[in-house]
Amino acid sequence: MQRVAGFVVLLLLSPLLLLVSAQPAGAVGTLCLPSTTAACIAGTVRSDEGVVPDVKLTVTDEAGNAEEVVTGDDGKWNLSVKEEGAYTVALQEDTLPDNVSVSGPSEIKVQAKFGNTTPALIPVRTSAYVSSTSKLDELIQSSANGLRLGLLLALASIGLSLIYGTTGLSNFAHAEQVGLGGILGYVLINEHGLNIWVGGLLVVILCGFTGWLQDRVMWQPLRRRGLGLTQLMIVTIGLSLALQYTFQYTVGARTVRVLQDNPSVREIGPITMTNQSFVAMGISIIVIAAVGYALLRTRIGRATRAVSDNPALASASGIDVDKVIRLVWTVAMALAGLSGLLYALVTNGIKWDSGLQILLLLFAAVTLGGLGTAFGALVGSLIIGLVVELSPVLGMPGDFKYATALLILILLLLVRPQGLLGRPERVG
Amino acid sequence: MDTLQAILNSMLREAISPQTAAVAIAAIGLNIHFGFTGLLNIGQSGFMLLGAYGFAIAIGHDLPLIVGILIGFGAALVFALVLGAPTLKLRGDYLAIVTISAAEIIRYVGRSALLTDFTGAAQGLQGVSYRTPFTDLSFFGGGDATLSPFNYLDVAGGAGWVRLLGWLVAIATVAGIIALVRGATGAGVVARRTSVGALAVVFVFLLFFLMPANYQNTGVNGWWVRFVSWLLVAICMLTVFLLVRSPWGRLLRGIREDEDAIRSLGKNVFAIKMQALIIGGLFGALGGMIYVLPSSVQPDSMGRSLTFFCYTALLLGGAATIFGPVLGSILFYAARIMIKGVANAYIPDSIMNGQQTEQFSYIVVGVALMLIVIFRPQGILGNKRELRFNV
Amino acid sequence: MSESTMARSDLADPAARRALMAGVDTTPGSSKPDPILVVDNIVRQFGGMTAVDVGHLEVQRGIITALIGPNGAGKTTFFNLITGFDRPTSAKSGAHWSFDGATLDKTSASSVAKAGMVRTFQLTKALSRMTVMDNMMLGAQDQAGENLLKSVFKPLWRGQERAIEEKAKELLARFKLLEKKDDYAGSLSGGQRKLLEMARALMSDPRMIMLDEPMAGVNPALTQSLLGHIQSLRDEGTTVLFVEHDMHVVRHISDWVAVMAEGRLVAEGPADSVMSDTAVIDAYLGAHHDTDLGDDALLTDEVMEEIGQEVAAEQKDES
Repeated sequence: MQRVAGFVVLLLLSPLLLLVSAQPAGAVGTLCLPSTTAACIAGTVRSDEGVVPDVKLTVTDEAGNAEEVVTGDDGKWNLSVKEEGAYTVALQEDTLPDNVSVSGPSEIKVQAKFGNTTPALIPVRTSAYVSSTSKLDELIQSSANGLRLGLLLALASIGLSLIYGTTGLSNFAHAEQVGLGGILGYVLINEHGLNIWVGGLLVVILCGFTGWLQDRVMWQPLRRRGLGLTQLMIVTIGLSLALQYTFQYTVGARTVRVLQDNPSVREIGPITMTNQSFVAMGISIIVIAAVGYALLRTRIGRATRAVSDNPALASASGIDVDKVIRLVWTVAMALAGLSGLLYALVTNGIKWDSGLQILLLLFAAVTLGGLGTAFGALVGSLIIGLVVELSPVLGMPGDFKYATALLILILLLLVRPQGLLGRPERVG
Repeated sequence: MDTLQAILNSMLREAISPQTAAVAIAAIGLNIHFGFTGLLNIGQSGFMLLGAYGFAIAIGHDLPLIVGILIGFGAALVFALVLGAPTLKLRGDYLAIVTISAAEIIRYVGRSALLTDFTGAAQGLQGVSYRTPFTDLSFFGGGDATLSPFNYLDVAGGAGWVRLLGWLVAIATVAGIIALVRGATGAGVVARRTSVGALAVVFVFLLFFLMPANYQNTGVNGWWVRFVSWLLVAICMLTVFLLVRSPWGRLLRGIREDEDAIRSLGKNVFAIKMQALIIGGLFGALGGMIYVLPSSVQPDSMGRSLTFFCYTALLLGGAATIFGPVLGSILFYAARIMIKGVANAYIPDSIMNGQQTEQFSYIVVGVALMLIVIFRPQGILGNKRELRFNV
Repeated sequence: MSESTMARSDLADPAARRALMAGVDTTPGSSKPDPILVVDNIVRQFGGMTAVDVGHLEVQRGIITALIGPNGAGKTTFFNLITGFDRPTSAKSGAHWSFDGATLDKTSASSVAKAGMVRTFQLTKALSRMTVMDNMMLGAQDQAGENLLKSVFKPLWRGQERAIEEKAKELLARFKLLEKKDDYAGSLSGGQRKLLEMARALMSDPRMIMLDEPMAGVNPALTQSLLGHIQSLRDEGTTVLFVEHDMHVVRHISDWVAVMAEGRLVAEGPADSVMSDTAVIDAYLGAHHDTDLGDDALLTDEVMEEIGQEVAAEQKDES
């Protein structure tokens, strides 16, 4: 129990340790607060590729008085006005990056009201987007995006599924482990200027280490103590909360980027993605293939699958179950960290709650594929990735694309709870 | 001394705030789900948000207060049905996954720009749009009041020894209550109950004596909303007491223990679990309505963290008990404020600034949850033998 | 429905039972004079393996029937299938079973129990973290207090609760568990938990009780007591079907025996005739069971010499 207490103290002190490396908590950009005597107008400049910072807009009132605002790092801008009424918001197109332009009118009229924040959204698109307007092209682009998302999800969900298979634990802190990869990437590569390949490798190693540490200090002693699965699940919930706020403590509530420069874009046929996306997909495929090979061909991989299938039987056949589980935790967290780092690169930004956003997708993917099977996780992730990216093209409003994943999950549980590749044992 | 008093004052204010009461009610609902029936619902914030939206939107469209409340309840009912139907026949993990996801979805839907007319999107609904029918009911009148009017400042000018003495007496009353409840004295049941009641009243008076609080009588966040919310907490506790001591409550505990055994005795386990899910969800919706009364309906402030707070409060106080969720909520919020206050007061800004103390207090919450579950799963009031949670 | 004086059924008399079963055919799936349970075409497959394939089985009302068979014969799976804890693969293609005239094909476990057929489990499912009394009270059916809306108003169920408590105390006294009524079920010994499960099953006055290996893990002293209880159940008119491995027990109390092997019903009949049925012996011991490998007479001097020569020949080949 001393180990557990020690780990806990470490966790409590870790924010102080990380302070050495993190920047001092800077002031968050002033946010406009509507009240009974003030109204707000706010908006975000976002293209299909992501947010667009450093764009100037002009807000003109009915009398002709104009004010200028600039979008921040997160693409957001806001303005507080003292009078209700009509305002014209115009985007200064010459402040847009070269490959981005407005996709409709560059100015709109809005009504400001006291006590309210009125949104003013001027849609912009990257030049690549302007050219590919045919439905088929949209489908292909979305499929590519879906494949990309699916691969990243697969990296994280394989670990999640294996942890479930070998220990029976649904790890709700897994999403934060993914976030950890991105945040560490920011700290090492952006803040400390490490080369991206060196930094990336270091991130993966560090994340793997957190997995090893967790099993050594917490999970194994707790398993030995006979703690039930429900209790362990709640421990992961607590861990998830602590991690989220540790991220927020050290990095703040803003979105941070791993690489400072804007990514360059490459076209392959109808598909346009950043170079980083292609590289990320390539790395994912290689790593997933390696994991798959290891599971199928190596002794330890077979042992892992055996333990995942039936721990008691595996143990009786002479497999050291504890060693296998330690390995699973280490590799799973390393994969999750890699996934987070790639995710941060691909979406060009990571936040303290980025993990939260994909937790839903991770669980949907793992359940869809079959809780406990690594290949199921891969298949499920690809399907979920495609569903999420294709649903806006096929009619679902953009805000709800994550909701589609949940709907699929619920429908699946009604029809085939063991997932696509899971065994049809009695699940209830 | 003054900083200490300020921290204590803020702790008391937080302990009696309507948001604490709201979380207490939501934790009571979670107690029915998790404490009594063993359902792992990690989406209680979804129930709260739905209750809040239903209530606020209905009243915002000029429907009467009662209708607003019913709509809030109705939304929670439908939510429970949609979540329970596919998952209650399956293993507990599936309910956990589906509820955590569904609560996020509710938040996304609430934030979505599509429904701005209804939900106010990410900015949410301003309190003023739905608070009026509630404040109109107040019979407290205008002005403000201090509780208690006779406090430490009236005795020897609020000197330090008065407060010290007061705290010693307060601790003594708590010790007395604990001793009586554990049956250390030989007194009979009736004598014990009346003594515990009397000591509790004395204790509460002492709290207000040592940490007086001043609020408006009605207003946005005054005594009226506090009174109503804590009254509702008492009513909820009573309801749970009635439910749990009945054969239906016995069924819940049996299901938590072993579903197959209960099935083999001829009980419809699915229906009962669904009923438990719905009842707990209704409590959650009520909690959500109270949560937003003094402030506004903001989807981002009622997300997953709120569910985790409910769990921490529930497990801290003691799952599967009547007073546990309430005690846990009060202690949880008071402790968090204490951590924040102490950190703010004694740790210089250069190491930990204001926002960071807030975040630090949340980190402590997460770690506390882990520790409670590992070392003392029955919390403060729980029954150790009953709550080993061994699956 | 509970009577304080236990009514004795006509079949309490051993002679009456023998007479009743004398006329029944000793073939698997034979029809009984007054069957309480009839099953047809129950098949359960797991992947490629058939665990249960019972074409026809009838269980006679009011007697004790034993279901025996080697390990892996599918007895517990069969139990699960007919009590609703599992669904037959043949569910949509002709599986049919009826209890006391009522069809149970699509029924769930709880409906089966409500219909009057109650089962116990091989690994006792006493609710360990609840008291013995709570366990018993849960056994009663049709409790008004279990209805959500009525549960809040105590007067609506107080009377019934008292009656159930009285009945529970009676049953506990009968099974010698009354002093333990306020203890947690988890603190009982294994054998006492078995008794508790049986007592709990009786709270609903079932017409048929199905015991899955009631003697498993029970010390010999308690076995006698359990046997006595089972017999008195039968004497009161409850039909008993139980799965057992212990042949002494089976021979001692069963009026009829059905034998399963590899998922199929291979024999039926009174205990003695079934024990000597070739099909049964083959099932238990394997088809070449009558080759006695421990018989020294096999090793005659000639055989010994032959073996010695063969060994020498082998050693020469090796060198």
